[in-house]
Amino acid sequence: MTRDEITAGLAEILEEVAGVNPDDVVEGKSFTDDLDVDSLSMVEVVVAAEEKFGVKIPDDEVQNLRTVGDAVSYIEKAG
Amino acid sequence: MTVDVVVTGLGATTPLGGDVASTWESLVAGRSGVGPLTQDWAAQLPVRIAAQLAVEPSEKLDRVKLRRLDRVEAIALIAAYEAWRDAGFGEPAGDNRPDPERLAVSIGTGIGGALTLLNQDDILEASGPRRVSPHTIPMLMPNGPAAWVGLDLDAKAGVRMVASACATGAEAISLGLDTIRAGRADVVVAGGTEAVIHPLPIAGFASMRAMSTRNDEPERASRPFDKARDGFVFGEGAGMVVLERAEHAAARGARVYARLAGAGLTSDGYDIVQPDPQGRGAARAIAAALRDSGVARSDVVHVNAHATSTPVGDIAEIVSLHAALGDHAVITATKSMTGHLLGAAGALESIATILAIVHGVVPPTINLDDPDDGVDLDVAAHKARHMDIPAALNNSFGFGGHNVALVFTRP
Repeated sequence: MTRDEITAGLAEILEEVAGVNPDDVVEGKSFTDDLDVDSLSMVEVVVAAEEKFGVKIPDDEVQNLRTVGDAVSYIEKAG
Repeated sequence: MTVDVVVTGLGATTPLGGDVASTWESLVAGRSGVGPLTQDWAAQLPVRIAAQLAVEPSEKLDRVKLRRLDRVEAIALIAAYEAWRDAGFGEPAGDNRPDPERLAVSIGTGIGGALTLLNQDDILEASGPRRVSPHTIPMLMPNGPAAWVGLDLDAKAGVRMVASACATGAEAISLGLDTIRAGRADVVVAGGTEAVIHPLPIAGFASMRAMSTRNDEPERASRPFDKARDGFVFGEGAGMVVLERAEHAAARGARVYARLAGAGLTSDGYDIVQPDPQGRGAARAIAAALRDSGVARSDVVHVNAHATSTPVGDIAEIVSLHAALGDHAVITATKSMTGHLLGAAGALESIATILAIVHGVVPPTINLDDPDDGVDLDVAAHKARHMDIPAALNNSFGFGGHNVALVFTRP
C-alpha cells in the first residue's frame, strides 16, 4: 500500500469519526492542533485504522503519532 | 421576601412534534402520538406500541456530534436550544446571553443512557472490549444530558441532575426554582429527558404488568381515567424551560409566559412502585405547593394530572385532588396523547400547563369514553376547553414514591 493510499484511508476514517474534511488530511497536519481530533476521537481513529489496515497500534505508540505523516509511516512499517 | 421566578423560554421534542409549537397544536387538537412498534425486536414482546419521537434527532443535530451523544442527551440538547432561543438569548458564545456564572442547569432523566449501555454491551459480547466506544461512559452517565446542556450553553453556576423516576422532570424544575430563590443563579435551564425505547425496558415494565397491551389500537391505548384503561404507554422525548429571576427577566425586557409560583415535594413511604391508593403523599405535595405559592385554591382552576392510565394510580390522584384542592378545577391528562415520557413527563406537562394559562385552553383527555367509578371531577374529555386560567397545577409522581406538585400562575 502506498503512502497516498494510507493517507486516503485515514482521511475516510477521520471524516467518519470526527467530521474532518478529507482535503485537510495531509502528512504535515497534527491530529490535535490542526484537525481538532480530541483524545476520545483519537482512540476511535486508532481502532478503526487497526481494522482497516490490518495492523496493531499499541497504546504506547499512539502518543508518538502526532501528525498524519507519523501515522502513515507507522502503518506503512507495520503493514 | 421571596424571590419571584418566571418562565421565559420553552423547548420540547416529543411524539407529537419536533418543537413546542407543533406539540401544542397537536395537544389542543387531540391527536395521539402513539403508534405501533415495527422494529423486528418488537415482535416477541407483549407490548408492541409506543409514543416515538415525531422528529428524529438526526434532523436537528449533525452526524459527528450525534456520534458522541446518547439519544437521551441529543434530545435534551435539542429541547434546551429551543428553550434558550425562545427566551430571546443569542449564540451561547455571543454577548446576548446571561452571565455564565449566573446560569445553571437542572435536568434529569428517569433511566439515562440505557441505549448506549445495552448497545455497547452487545458490541462487547460480539467483538471484545477494544471495540467498546471511548464515548460509552459520557453517553450513559445519568448526568450526561445536564452536563452536555451546561457545556453547550456555557453554564457555570452549577449543573445539577435529578432522578425521581416519572417525577424527574417536575423535580428538576422545582430544583431550578430553589436555585434561583437561594440566589445561586439568575437563569436556570431546567427539564427532563428520556429515550429508552428498547426491548429490555419495555420487557421490564411489561413484566410488572404496568403497560397497556392494546396493541391493535395504539391511538386508543393511553386512556387515563377511562374504565377500560389497562396501563401506560411508553414514550420518549424531552421538555425544557428557561426559569429566570423575575427582575432579571424584566431588566432585559424578556417575554414572560408565566410565574412558577411554588412547588411541593413529598414521599409516600408506602411502596417501592405501588401508589398509595388513598393518595396521601400526593395530597400533601399538592397542599405544600399551594402553601409555597401563596395562591388561593379557588384560583387554581386547571390541573394537568399525572394520570398515566394505570388502574390504581389514576384513581389515587383523583382522591388526592379532592383532599388537597377541592372539586372546582378542570382536569386533563395529556398522557392520553403523548404517552408516558417517564423522566421527561413532568417537564413536558409543565409546558402544557404553562401554555394552557397563556392561551386560556385546557388540552383534551382523549379516549375518555367512559369515566371510571370514582372519577367524579370535571375532566376535559375529548375536546379542548376554553377558559380563563389565572393559576394551574401540574402533578408528577414516580416509582419510589416521589410526589411533585408545581403551581404556575399568570405573570
